[in-house]
Amino acid sequence: MPDFIAELLNRNDIFTASTIMEYWGGMVTTVQLVFLSLILGLVLAVPLAIMRTSKNPLINGPVWFYTYIFRGTPLLIQLYIIYYGLAQIEGIQQTFWWDIFREAFYPALLAFTLNTAAYTTEIIRGAIVATPSGEIEAAKAYGMSWALRMRRIILPSAARRGVQAYSNEVIFMLHASAIASVVTLVDLTGAARNIYSRFYAPFDAFIFVALLYMALTFLLVFGFRKLENYLLQHQRPVSG
Amino acid sequence: MIDLKGYGPALMDGAVVTIELAFLSLALAVILGLIGASAKLSKSRVAIGVATTYTTLIRGVPDLVMMLLFYYGGQVAVNNLSDYLYDAYSVDFFFQFDPFIAGVLTIGLIFGAYMAETFRGAFLAVESGQIEAARAYGFTQWRTFHRIIFPQMLRHALPGIGNNWQVLLKTTALVSIIGLTDMVRVAEEAAKAERMPFHFFIPVAFVYLSLTAGSELFIKWLTKRANVGVVQGS
Repeated sequence: MPDFIAELLNRNDIFTASTIMEYWGGMVTTVQLVFLSLILGLVLAVPLAIMRTSKNPLINGPVWFYTYIFRGTPLLIQLYIIYYGLAQIEGIQQTFWWDIFREAFYPALLAFTLNTAAYTTEIIRGAIVATPSGEIEAAKAYGMSWALRMRRIILPSAARRGVQAYSNEVIFMLHASAIASVVTLVDLTGAARNIYSRFYAPFDAFIFVALLYMALTFLLVFGFRKLENYLLQHQRPVSG
Repeated sequence: MIDLKGYGPALMDGAVVTIELAFLSLALAVILGLIGASAKLSKSRVAIGVATTYTTLIRGVPDLVMMLLFYYGGQVAVNNLSDYLYDAYSVDFFFQFDPFIAGVLTIGLIFGAYMAETFRGAFLAVESGQIEAARAYGFTQWRTFHRIIFPQMLRHALPGIGNNWQVLLKTTALVSIIGLTDMVRVAEEAAKAERMPFHFFIPVAFVYLSLTAGSELFIKWLTKRANVGVVQGS
């Protein structure tokens, strides 16, 4: 660390090098948690969304039930059920799962993944349903099989329609991840709460962390705008 | 019926707290949303700037962080104010900043920003000819708003209001973190004491689910009513 920054930090009561490192640790946890749950949630959501558009009630019914439950209840309750509930499962403490779920990170990751997968499923479903029927008819006329049609025609065009709603979901997830701090995880909010209670300085601790979240949010908004431009480049006006 | 181990009445009280909190926050959010939307659509640059800063700030910060800031910061601010009043005017003024007030303020403020966006879109959806006609009839600005603009914008705003309400309802669970004894808090304490997490959290989840499901039906009914007389394209 350059000397002048160390100097600056030493003269500050609250934002010393050690608290800055605490915030940094929290940032790493938050980013890991959000990134992993979004990736896993997206991977789960694509097949679920395809199932959700099926006309067979035995296939789309369970998926509808899952998304309805997870979208209809608060994430905090889901987190509590998974965090406190996993430990209560008979015999789990003797299996290797216990080594994983003993730490707060994995129950939180599981809760966030299931929650974001439910929302993402509905976003993708909406995008799939909105595929112009002409595109599907054309694909059929070319003799494409169901799988090829899905991969080449429906999913790419659904991605274009869904990206805007999905970017909202990503930001929602980043903000929702703040509740990980209630199950003893030291994420960004957890770090801020520790620092608040150490110095009894609510404004410094929470406004600083709010700025960090804001920076992350705007980074995501910027990233998604770039992605949207890329996906929708065929719609850009020719002149200009 | 499920055996709630004597926590039943406490859970009921908690549910009432949750519902009160949700409705008060909604009222605040609608007021702030209307003010925000009018500010955004006004010609004053200051008003536009203030409203845009407000909605941007709110969208950048997690609800929980905002709530913690309001709750803990609110108490410190009240303490400072009471110290100052005592020193300067020897007025003895103090009140405990309670989590319910902090909850209503935070949730109202957050959803006020989302409502502002919803209302802005709905305002713009009202044909300008309607407003011009009202002006031509000599309606005052307030009368134009409440007789012409508001009934017509409601139709466009309802789906957005409905979505915001659903999210708001679920956000109320967060107040349990700052110590308000809503139903989540009661369930958490009961689950810890009795070591039965499923037993207490699942009924609470079910209450939330029925609240969101019930609201969905109610909003559908409202939307249908608001759209009476609108010819839908087939």
